[in-house]
Amino acid sequence: MPKRNDIHRILIIGSGPIVIGQACEFDYSGTQACKALKEEGFEVILVNSNPATIMTDPTMADRTYIEPITPEIVEKIIARERPDAILPTMGGQTGLNTAMELFENGVLARYSVALIGADYKAICKAENRSEFKETMLKIGLDVPKSALAYNIDEAWAIAKDIGFPLIIRPSHTLGGTGGGIVYAESDFERMASYGLQCSRINEILIEESVIGWKEYELEIMRDSADNVVIICSIENLDPMGVHTGDSITVAPAQTLTDRQYQYMRDASAAIIREIGVETGGSNIQFAVNPANGRMTVIEMNPRVSRSSALASKATGFPIAKFAAKLAVGYTLDEIKNDITRVTPASFEPTIDYCVIKIPRFTFEKFPEADPTLGIQMKSVGETMAIGRTFKEALQKGLRGLETGKCGFEYAPFDLQGAELEVRLSKPRADRIFVIRHALEIGMSVADICTHTKIDPWFINNMKDLVDFEKTIPADTLSLPKAIQNDFYTTAKKHGFSDAHLAKILKSSEVAVRKSRIDAGVSAVYKLVDTCAAEFEAYTPYYYSTYETENEASRTDRKKIMILGGGPNRIGQGIEFDYCCCQASFALEELGYESIMVNSNPETVSTDYDTSDKLYFEPLTFEDVMNIVDQEKPDGIIVQFGGQTPLNLARKLYDAGAPIIGTSVKSLERAGDRGEFFQMITKLGLHQPQNGMATTKDDAVGIARRIGFPVLVRPSFVLGGRAMHIVYDEVDLLTCVDEAMIVGENRPVLIDKFIADAIEVDVDAVSDGTDTTICGIMEHIEEAGIHSGDSACVLPPHTLSDDIINEIRRTTMCIAKELSVVGLLNIQYAIKEDTVYVLEVNPRASRTVPFVSKAMGVPWAKIAAKVMTGVKLADLPEAVCRDMDYFAVKESVLPFSKFPGADTMLGPEMKSTGEVMGIDRDFGLAFAKSQEAAGNILPRTGTIFLSVKNSMRRNIIFMAKKMSDMGFRICASEGTCKVLRSNGVNAKMVPKIGEGKPDIIDLIKANDINLIINVAGGGKKSQTDSKPIRSAAVLQGIPYITTLEGAQAAISGMESLEKTGFAVRSIQEYCAQPDTVSATSKQLLETRKKMWE
Amino acid sequence: MKGYVALEDGTIFSGTSCGAEGESVGEVVFNTGLTGYQEVLTDPSYSSQIVTMTYPLIGNYGINPTDVESDKIQVSGFIVKEACKYPSNFTSTQTLPDYLKQSGIVCIEGIDTRALTRHLRVVGALKGIVATGDVDPKELVKKAAAWTGLVGVDIVANVTCAKPYYFEENPADATNCPYFVVAYDFGIKLNILRILKKLGCRILVVPASYPAEKVLELKSHGVFLSNGPGDPAAVTYAIENIKKLLGKTPLFGICLGQQLLSLALGGKTYKLKFGHRGLNHPVKNLATGSVEITTQNHGFCVDLDSLSSTSATITHMNLNDTTCEGIAVPELKAFSVQYHPEAAPGPHDSGYLFEQFISMMTKTK
Ligand SMILES: Nc1ncnc2c1ncn2[C@@H]1O[C@H](COP(=O)(O)OP(=O)(O)O)[C@@H](O)[C@H]1O
Ligand SMILES: Nc1ncnc2c1ncn2[C@@H]1O[C@H](COP(=O)(O)OP(=O)(O)O)[C@@H](O)[C@H]1O
Ligand SMILES: [Mg+2]
Ligand SMILES: [Mg+2]
Repeated sequence: MPKRNDIHRILIIGSGPIVIGQACEFDYSGTQACKALKEEGFEVILVNSNPATIMTDPTMADRTYIEPITPEIVEKIIARERPDAILPTMGGQTGLNTAMELFENGVLARYSVALIGADYKAICKAENRSEFKETMLKIGLDVPKSALAYNIDEAWAIAKDIGFPLIIRPSHTLGGTGGGIVYAESDFERMASYGLQCSRINEILIEESVIGWKEYELEIMRDSADNVVIICSIENLDPMGVHTGDSITVAPAQTLTDRQYQYMRDASAAIIREIGVETGGSNIQFAVNPANGRMTVIEMNPRVSRSSALASKATGFPIAKFAAKLAVGYTLDEIKNDITRVTPASFEPTIDYCVIKIPRFTFEKFPEADPTLGIQMKSVGETMAIGRTFKEALQKGLRGLETGKCGFEYAPFDLQGAELEVRLSKPRADRIFVIRHALEIGMSVADICTHTKIDPWFINNMKDLVDFEKTIPADTLSLPKAIQNDFYTTAKKHGFSDAHLAKILKSSEVAVRKSRIDAGVSAVYKLVDTCAAEFEAYTPYYYSTYETENEASRTDRKKIMILGGGPNRIGQGIEFDYCCCQASFALEELGYESIMVNSNPETVSTDYDTSDKLYFEPLTFEDVMNIVDQEKPDGIIVQFGGQTPLNLARKLYDAGAPIIGTSVKSLERAGDRGEFFQMITKLGLHQPQNGMATTKDDAVGIARRIGFPVLVRPSFVLGGRAMHIVYDEVDLLTCVDEAMIVGENRPVLIDKFIADAIEVDVDAVSDGTDTTICGIMEHIEEAGIHSGDSACVLPPHTLSDDIINEIRRTTMCIAKELSVVGLLNIQYAIKEDTVYVLEVNPRASRTVPFVSKAMGVPWAKIAAKVMTGVKLADLPEAVCRDMDYFAVKESVLPFSKFPGADTMLGPEMKSTGEVMGIDRDFGLAFAKSQEAAGNILPRTGTIFLSVKNSMRRNIIFMAKKMSDMGFRICASEGTCKVLRSNGVNAKMVPKIGEGKPDIIDLIKANDINLIINVAGGGKKSQTDSKPIRSAAVLQGIPYITTLEGAQAAISGMESLEKTGFAVRSIQEYCAQPDTVSATSKQLLETRKKMWE
Repeated sequence: MKGYVALEDGTIFSGTSCGAEGESVGEVVFNTGLTGYQEVLTDPSYSSQIVTMTYPLIGNYGINPTDVESDKIQVSGFIVKEACKYPSNFTSTQTLPDYLKQSGIVCIEGIDTRALTRHLRVVGALKGIVATGDVDPKELVKKAAAWTGLVGVDIVANVTCAKPYYFEENPADATNCPYFVVAYDFGIKLNILRILKKLGCRILVVPASYPAEKVLELKSHGVFLSNGPGDPAAVTYAIENIKKLLGKTPLFGICLGQQLLSLALGGKTYKLKFGHRGLNHPVKNLATGSVEITTQNHGFCVDLDSLSSTSATITHMNLNDTTCEGIAVPELKAFSVQYHPEAAPGPHDSGYLFEQFISMMTKTK
């Protein structure tokens, strides 16, 4: 069937902020969908609250709504845009759930909007676990025994029947939120009730456990002509019991016979047909009993997913793009395979390499959280590696993870016997290295398999690596070339990195690299082509390996290489992928060949049609240099991928790689605290008094000199790791201890903590002579809460013109001093009209996409052009526009995934994602940002206030307003007294434990709609308020910890009361940006002439 | 021990031996399946061919007693990137290397199989040789070039059964099975027989040269023309026999069976550049318009134009290269496909063809 011509305007729902279980993969799928549909001539309307995404770039859709993804708001957008159809399968669970509600409450019918790419009944059948299971049984497939419970009593009855261990799974949640494995009766009650809470429809499934079985996934597609193809099979290294998102996974399936695989294939086809997914992709998960092959169906996701993104990158088959085309009527055989150009999409990709995905965790940021992996996803990112063997891929993947390991290297654990067995059977993030340890101390493969339930095939491969390592001659570096050549060849076929070999040979990475290359062993590149070389491939999507033939060919065009950000982690995520993609688009405009290097399968940057060439490789010195040797680029951009490429800058530079933009020396001057201090003093600017302590006594000395509170942090550690605000000497000593451990005994940095200061984030771009401010963002929370975690507003709404001018001046002179070429980000703290410089990052920052979207100026593109030598003067689009509206960025925190973790914000970043609220009115912009972040500000109800002494006065006025708005006020003892004595009628709530009902009871009983709890500094008052915070998170009640936050919330609630939300596309807020300026057009022409 | 792959055009790859020692010539071809190496090894259609698997990790699930397509390994040689020494699957009873050694099959591992595949794709399938030990690669190239090759050679004769036999016959079959089928064994895959049996057929498997007259005397409900190796044009006796059967009994052919049927109908066949060998080929059923993902294994192919002068119509088409994948002559109760509906290995999308054969027999019963 050809394209439908009864629809013209299509609404795509994005997935919103990056949260655990829903990350960039949906930016990738959404971006592909936008492109594909526009290509087909449809008018595309997009809604996504996440400003960091590539899909919300104003050029991707015809109209882009950066608005909260709630049924209420999306209805407003529908009413305004009147789309003919809505495509809900690209935005993960968020997109799907929103569309479901719009269908259920009749909105789609009312505005006659067709649901394409998914059918309501089909989604219900797939998403409702019990209905799904019944359907499976109906078509003769096996499922784990289970039953549904809607309350605790039912739950108990079922548990008794099924027995322990068992699995609890709430319906309609993502990433397994609220689910878990219950080993013992004693844990059952707690986990069951939490599960019931998490489910949108208070429904949990209690299920027979098949922990330890092999877990598989099939990515399947179906078109309207009922053609069904399998795109990719995935085998989990970690067996059932570890969420696929947290599992190391491998493609294709390794240990299934064709008979077993075909049975799974037939089952998948039967499932997608019976469930009734008429067009598009689905992901189906299976568990297989290794002892006898019994296969049970676990679940189906009737939409594109994390796994489908992985499958697309693993095979070169763009599932989301084709799903979008199927949704508008095409059949698979009508779509061409972009890679081969001649063959149709109605085939099954076959691959001639092994792909591995390894998840990335950040438990170090949530010390109180349980580090055991289970059926609820906890990882924040992932890396993918491609090799010709599993061994090669595994080692590549482990070094691509950027956790300080350069492969499957030996890291001793102090573990034996029972202790070791527990760590093998109860998996944590580092289990793979525990296995390495077990192999090292001689535990048998069989035993390791018994404890881990991991398939022996994987463990045997790992053992091969360990055995090979034992044979490495200590004198390798001094052996004759011929012998070296043999050795390096085998080592490389086993995936050993130069750095790893260097450790083993007690040498340096650079030395090994040299010796290897002298011995004539260097990387070759092979193509990812969907067909195992059966047809010629036209898309330059490469991976490295060590074999005879090199398929990569260098063109004679001017070329620039962009280093991506690698796996997502807290502090480095999609914002940097946005910048890298923008850089790539900019280079294309200027006629350069763009070469992308990245290892994160979720991203748009690793889509083979984002850049001219894609190298899917780990971001390590070795892997990057190999590409440099292959491509000999004219420039390398290290500024856009976050800290990852920045950390490689020095080594690459010393190895002669042509880094463009701000010089490596300047990067270091900004990074090194000592040099930084000198620079600030030299420029006569202000920074918090500080000192470096190497002993506790130093620390105390410094603290006494500059006075408490102080900020303690280890040097050379990022994302504010182990950073603490300290109010007294007792705390100081403990924190210095921790800092010294984390910082491996390097000096500890002690800064004067500027209390109650306003923090400001500034992004600027400079061409070496001129500097333009991109945006000045005023944080809502005071300094002390990591810039990545605090909300901020653009333009600043409380700063005086003098302060703003001072900020401009300071920024300009720092940019000049560092002769920045490209982007620059500075964080300031403003206190009593003094502007303190907190930090200078001469690179793309987390806020660049936010500023670009809010203002409609493509700053990352501009910066990339500047780095190639274009002057700001030649880029008319490079102006910081005046805004007659407000954009508020709010961060999204993962606490609900880490029960037990303290939700108090501080100088260490903990958020995983962000949203933007935009409106003419500040209050509404803020309210939108809260709504989008899931802290829905109440329109009515009860507000709980508990504010530290020093600030109680400031709360009175707010409290008055709130009760005027008709809210009931209740407060903790002290706060309550102050309020009452000032004529605010407030109900007193006893301290926890000092009488019932206390605040926790009220929260549990859902009697509170908003909590404002401004705790004093110092450990005590913070620990006291911890239970309140945790209870609030569990119950999903908006929780505010700062006066500034409270202030903003109140203006939000006021505006809401007055006007309520209205929606507007960013194209309307800012005149269409991003059109190539005349001058860069000319540039393009002239350069074209030069090189073609 | 060292091992080599040498091609007639002088290309040489070196790796290590992981099967039997010695040397073996054949036509070097590649198969793109991710699974099913055991079925491939035992498929008689691969006789006289040296097969390289494009998937680098082969042998992961070992060798088991059931997934065989004939009673022995049929390939002349095997080439892989990495052969697994520690298979993992509850069905596995042996490792791939042991299986190959035991069956005296030369296998070379550690080869850049992608480079080899790309070479074959560009220049076409080549005569080649696999050899172990310290041999002179140049000599190997000569030997490869000296080999007769496949074109014009009757290889069916080497793989067909010696005399007729009933497939997995139990005493009751004669009375219980609703259908009686005579199956020409040009190198027949066991799974074809297994499926026919499951569908209620009593099957007499006869040698490739079995006279048509004797087949007709058997009064079977239908005759099956099997898959098989090599150049169809060289199997003249089979073509003659099929001519005599045409119109007298329902005929169903697979792979070589389709080529022989076409030749019998007056069509022509030709050699493809490097053939179709894999589990992922899209074939369009021109009657229903639906796409089947098919198992393929053929180096020769029916010339579409040559059919226009015959009574045959094309029923299936390959969507990758639009070659002929199926034909039918309704008035002669004959039809065939170029690909492998019996799968083993591969997808089960095309099983309906066997039912089609059954209903054809029912009608003419
Ligand atoms: N019955 C079970 N026994 C053991 N582990 C299970 C069972 N069901 C699911 N799991 C594990 O939990 C993970 C998440 O379950 P899944 O149904 O995929 O939910 P989600 O929607 O979060 O992906 C699976 O990847 C699997 O490892
Ligand atoms: N001297 C200080 N006074 C008050 N707050 C500070 C001070 N130094 C840092 N902070 C707070 O700590 C956060 C993280 O510090 P920063 O130097 O930006 O580390 P990172 O490299 O993690 O961004 C800042 O965003 C700011 O809120
Ligand atoms: Mg799942
Ligand atoms: Mg910072």
